[in-house]
Amino acid sequence: MIRILKYVTLDILKNRIVIIYAVVLALFSWSAFGLEDNTSKGLLTVLNLLLLTVPLVSVLFSTIYVYNNNEFIELLVSHPVRRSMIWKALFAGLSLSMTAAFILGAGLPLLLFADPATALIMIAAGVLLSVIFIAIAFLSSIVTRDKAKGIGIAIMLWLYFALLFDGLVLFLYFQFADYPIEKPVVLLSALSPVDLCRILILLRLDVSAMMGYTGAIFKNFFGNGWGLILSFSLLLLWIWVPFRVSLQKFKKKDL
Amino acid sequence: MIVIKNISKRFGKLQALDHLSLQLSRGACVALIGPNGCGKTTLIKSLLGMVLPDEGSLIFNGQDIRHNNEYRRQIGYMPQIGRYPENMTIGQVIGMIKGIRNSNETPDYELYEQFGIDRMLHKKMRTLSGGTTQKVSATLAFLFHPPVLILDEPTAGLDPVAAEILKAKIADAKNKGRLILITSHLLSELEGMVNQVVFMQEGKLLLHKDTTELKAVTGQKTIKEAIVHLLKTGAK
Amino acid sequence: MRQPIKIFLRLLSACLLWVGAPLHTPAATLHVGNGGPFTKIRPALAASHPGDSIIIGRGIYKEGNLIIDKPLFILGEGMPVLDGEFRYEILSVKSDRVTIKGLTLRNSGHSVLNDPGAIKVYDASYVTITDNILLNNYFGIYLQYAAHCIVRNNTITASQKEEHLSGNGIHCWKSDSLQITGNRITGHRDGIYFEFVTHSVIWRNIARNNLRYGLHFMFSHNNAYITNYFKNNGAGVAVMFTKHVIMLNNTFEENWGDAAYGILFKELSDCCLSGNRFIKNTTGILFDGSNRIVVTRNVFRENGWGIRIQANCMDNSIRQNNFMGNTFDLATNGTLMLNQFTDNYWDKYEGYDLNRDRTGDVPYRPLSMYSMIVERNPPAMLLYRSFIIRLLDQSEKIIPTLTPEQLIDNRPRMIPYNL
Repeated sequence: MIRILKYVTLDILKNRIVIIYAVVLALFSWSAFGLEDNTSKGLLTVLNLLLLTVPLVSVLFSTIYVYNNNEFIELLVSHPVRRSMIWKALFAGLSLSMTAAFILGAGLPLLLFADPATALIMIAAGVLLSVIFIAIAFLSSIVTRDKAKGIGIAIMLWLYFALLFDGLVLFLYFQFADYPIEKPVVLLSALSPVDLCRILILLRLDVSAMMGYTGAIFKNFFGNGWGLILSFSLLLLWIWVPFRVSLQKFKKKDL
Repeated sequence: MIVIKNISKRFGKLQALDHLSLQLSRGACVALIGPNGCGKTTLIKSLLGMVLPDEGSLIFNGQDIRHNNEYRRQIGYMPQIGRYPENMTIGQVIGMIKGIRNSNETPDYELYEQFGIDRMLHKKMRTLSGGTTQKVSATLAFLFHPPVLILDEPTAGLDPVAAEILKAKIADAKNKGRLILITSHLLSELEGMVNQVVFMQEGKLLLHKDTTELKAVTGQKTIKEAIVHLLKTGAK
Repeated sequence: MRQPIKIFLRLLSACLLWVGAPLHTPAATLHVGNGGPFTKIRPALAASHPGDSIIIGRGIYKEGNLIIDKPLFILGEGMPVLDGEFRYEILSVKSDRVTIKGLTLRNSGHSVLNDPGAIKVYDASYVTITDNILLNNYFGIYLQYAAHCIVRNNTITASQKEEHLSGNGIHCWKSDSLQITGNRITGHRDGIYFEFVTHSVIWRNIARNNLRYGLHFMFSHNNAYITNYFKNNGAGVAVMFTKHVIMLNNTFEENWGDAAYGILFKELSDCCLSGNRFIKNTTGILFDGSNRIVVTRNVFRENGWGIRIQANCMDNSIRQNNFMGNTFDLATNGTLMLNQFTDNYWDKYEGYDLNRDRTGDVPYRPLSMYSMIVERNPPAMLLYRSFIIRLLDQSEKIIPTLTPEQLIDNRPRMIPYNL
């Protein structure tokens, strides 16, 4: 496992796309913090990278990588290696590389410019989102043998979580504006990992606004220790479930 | 050594393997032949655990291979088209496979030396020609002195010199009493190398015979002629 | 040039007054405790004459309610403790020209009927209360019908958790010409309370962690409060039903909550607010029924809402302020806007300045569409900073439909003011 992991990670880290990804993240983050005189604007730029770019690149790159490495998987399968090991090693390798790229690209400037607590929660969110979308990529690349179809599914899932879901929630707000919808809304947000991360960051970034009005409800839910534990467990579940399902499918897959 | 009991595999509408049973024993050098799409590759992949049969079982050295991967330690496999991680060098691929096998034996470096792989260790896999890739695959298949060798179109894409080297290596392995399973379209190439023939058609086993017996029965001099003869008479 | 001459004249007149004062027996000094002739304060008070000094030594004095009814100078040495045993008002000042300095006053009585305080001044002038420590009292320092009094450098702390069990730190009622300076007030209901107080100044006080307001102002005209620090009070600062208040260089920080404001302006008019800093409040300023207030050169940073201005306000002028890192710079509840916004720096402004006059060439609309949505539908806050909301906001900026047409800064500043 360790040895496969090592080779997979080295292979991905040498991949041009990952290097470009890290460089682009770094470019945007550094210029966001460097050019703007106030950090909050820089944070917004990084937040947008985090909520849109990170999931997109993670899901796309991983899907394509898994498809491109079908033959490699075959090569390994013909050796005395457990199938689950191969899948786990691939997953871990991709997660490590994408996480490393994210931390080097966006994490460093965050640590340097933002206040430590905000930086840490944003880095945690970025890492979790990277891994979640890699897990989603594994799922979408195992459901179909057709590469184009798999990439299509990956993009659709990203589109749904990053954009459409919020539109849907907003629509529900307006539909049910006359009802006490605070609690259902909290539950609803758990259905999208991107939203969950966004809210966790929102509670730090816009802490003053979140202290007022219904914000306090959300703050009480997500802000206290249990809420944080629950939110992070939910995010971990978002990694575990897609990956588990893909692993079960991979074990039964004909190569 | 390998017992295949009544296995079937269906890919959508295609019946790739149809209740096929086969027994292969140590020391045999088996030619696995048949028309395109007859299920040769599926059979090989089933043996390697890459394809999971719908029914039936595969016994390797008395053990069912389902939920088992250690038996593959005893198999050297050379795929028809070996594709490797693009950004890894030859050296890294070989190093990685060695690491996975984690074998205490001194590896068999004969092909490695004869193909001159040591001079190309730093080359990235994506820059290699098809023939060079095949050389790497062949080297890997023989690297760990496996008791069983599965070679899918071994000489395809190799230059004549390399093909001869590989053939000599196969003959050597046969003499050492290894079980060898070869698929090839070039029946003439198998002449003098194999001592058993397995002929498949539409997922079924048509025949499994010693080459000498086959030639005697059909009255032909070469395997190729014998097979052609069989097909003709079979058609009648 | 005029200032030194004035001071000189004042000094001169003071000297003349002193020289011209009627001669009587020289002022005596009475020592209490520390081996002095008195072991208790009450007999010393009884024995004293107007103008005497009473010096109280280290120790704990439990003498119930002490009434000071003549001009005295009362000084503590080594912070002696006067304990009200949760039953008494500790010091009742019922004479002019009393000075109380260097005492520790603790555990005053709690009563809603007569509002006992650690020090209560009844109808007196020229009372000076300085350098005392007040612990765990109902009211701290209570002035009623007082004039020309000084309350300076006192540390006033209480630890009640519930509003109705707690009085105010410094409570001033129907008074005039007070100086409230350099006090630190925590844990009371209101830090500083002004009702019907005029011509007074509140300077350099720190009010934090009070249960209700840091500073509570009602019907108190012509006052100024300058360079005070208000942090994390239950509801911030409220200035209500008042005219002509000057508010300079104060800091309002981390006043968090549904009904908490940096400052609440209710029925306020003709005031000036300048050089203040509003940092990390849920709402920096709430304008409610307030008119003709000039808000200039203030900093609004990292607030939930920088300014919330109700539609019942008019002729307020908000200019040359810095708005930075607020979730929303502005919110309003109506579609009419009769207030003026100009020359402010808005960090969310995305315009350009071709003629390099440091003023943006395109007007800025500080009211974002989403703040209107949140105003009507508060739970929608949870969607803030999502992509879809940014799209909505951008489209609103291009074609305004929801936001009031007049709410516009025609001269947005390109770079922040150095404030």
